Amino acid sequence: MVSEVVVLGGGVGGTMCANLIAKHSQGRAHVTVVDASGTHVYQPGFLYVAVGKERPATLQHPETSLLRSDVSLVIERATRVDPAAQTVVLESGRKLQYDQLLLATGSRTVMEEVPGAKDVYDFYTMSGAIRLFDALKTFEGGTIVLGVAGIPYKCPPAPVEFVFLLHDYLKARGIRDKAQIKLLSPLNRAFTIEATSKLVQPILAERGIELTGFFNVESVDPVAKTVTSLEGETVGYDLLVLVPPHRGQQVIEDSGLGDERGWVPVDKNTLKHTKFEHVWAIGDTTNIPISKSGSVAHYEASVAAAAITAAAKGEAPPEHVYDGKVMCFLETGQGQATTIRFDYDHPPVSPTPSRLWHWAKLLFNKTYWHTVPQGRLP
Amino acid sequence: MSITIAKSLDLKGLSCPLPIIKTAKAMKELAPGELLEAFATDPGSVPDFKAWAKSTGNPLLESGLEGGVYHFVLKKKEI
Repeated sequence: MVSEVVVLGGGVGGTMCANLIAKHSQGRAHVTVVDASGTHVYQPGFLYVAVGKERPATLQHPETSLLRSDVSLVIERATRVDPAAQTVVLESGRKLQYDQLLLATGSRTVMEEVPGAKDVYDFYTMSGAIRLFDALKTFEGGTIVLGVAGIPYKCPPAPVEFVFLLHDYLKARGIRDKAQIKLLSPLNRAFTIEATSKLVQPILAERGIELTGFFNVESVDPVAKTVTSLEGETVGYDLLVLVPPHRGQQVIEDSGLGDERGWVPVDKNTLKHTKFEHVWAIGDTTNIPISKSGSVAHYEASVAAAAITAAAKGEAPPEHVYDGKVMCFLETGQGQATTIRFDYDHPPVSPTPSRLWHWAKLLFNKTYWHTVPQGRLP
Repeated sequence: MSITIAKSLDLKGLSCPLPIIKTAKAMKELAPGELLEAFATDPGSVPDFKAWAKSTGNPLLESGLEGGVYHFVLKKKEI
């Protein structure tokens, strides 16, 4: 008997997992990926699009070009999952029956949850990054403010990386001295991880980037051009960039598969849904309190793939579980970068920023398309 | 004067920076002088609560550890 495996979402986690299951199931599983757009987007590149260092076209490839030929792709939005009947309902009304289901739907941004923030800038979607770069191109001076309007958000280092890359961009245009850059941080330091904060804070100071702590964005006044925090502080801006609040996808919320923000509760090691049988979730989709980043989806994909392959073959679950491994690059500008690596049992470590890590990040951005979705990088 | 807790927050299992952000949100709803208690399991919440109280001027009246759970009591500052 061939087991039907349905994967919701064609991002890094879903694509890699689908390919690995098809590869290792020896014909015992048939995998179908359901993706609303059919386009695979490399989201870490948005940051570079926002400062004109990357073209949008290089960050998007057809999902079909990344999936094995024995994996089916359905380009349609999934609107409902019924875990009791083991079905996925698509927008057209068509139903897909599954034996095992992987939720890899990721997160969505909901800037509309921030009062007054309708027209502020962000780099958390492709359209947002393109719009931000258009605004920066015509920026001639004033105060650029970067704030965080909700936790958790994708790619925790991105706000710090953005202000460093922004500094470089304004310097290259010869208008750095006409601009003030302010970073509003949710905590009393630049970054959640203390060791990394200690590394980047002196660099922020050296580049003249002003850091304001305990500033959790609550609302924006687009007429007065001010942003106000939960803590009651107000800061003025000429150009405001916000990290938008994030939620799980609509299909998760509508199907009752997640918590009040649409994050799917899973066991932090096995990645199995805590309530429903035959359901796994990986990447941004889960409620595990670790980084929402491509690297997490990548490391979790191989764990979920092994578990789902074993279930499809009727074998015992594999012993290998997810250990909380996270690996992020952090650009510090001027052609240098550092990394942040940790897992459930080991605290984060960050090497001194260097050219090496910057080149490693650029190399990874280029080689991604031929390695990660195919499951070629462990 | 009797001390009553106006709001209690269960932040157990949440990791940095969520405990302090949820607390900041909850403190906003309190009237001046009212107390909020919070329970957390992230060790990083201890320095974060202390620093947040100092930075925002809302006094941290209690900070303790019992059975692996950190306990905090904050008072909303008088205007």
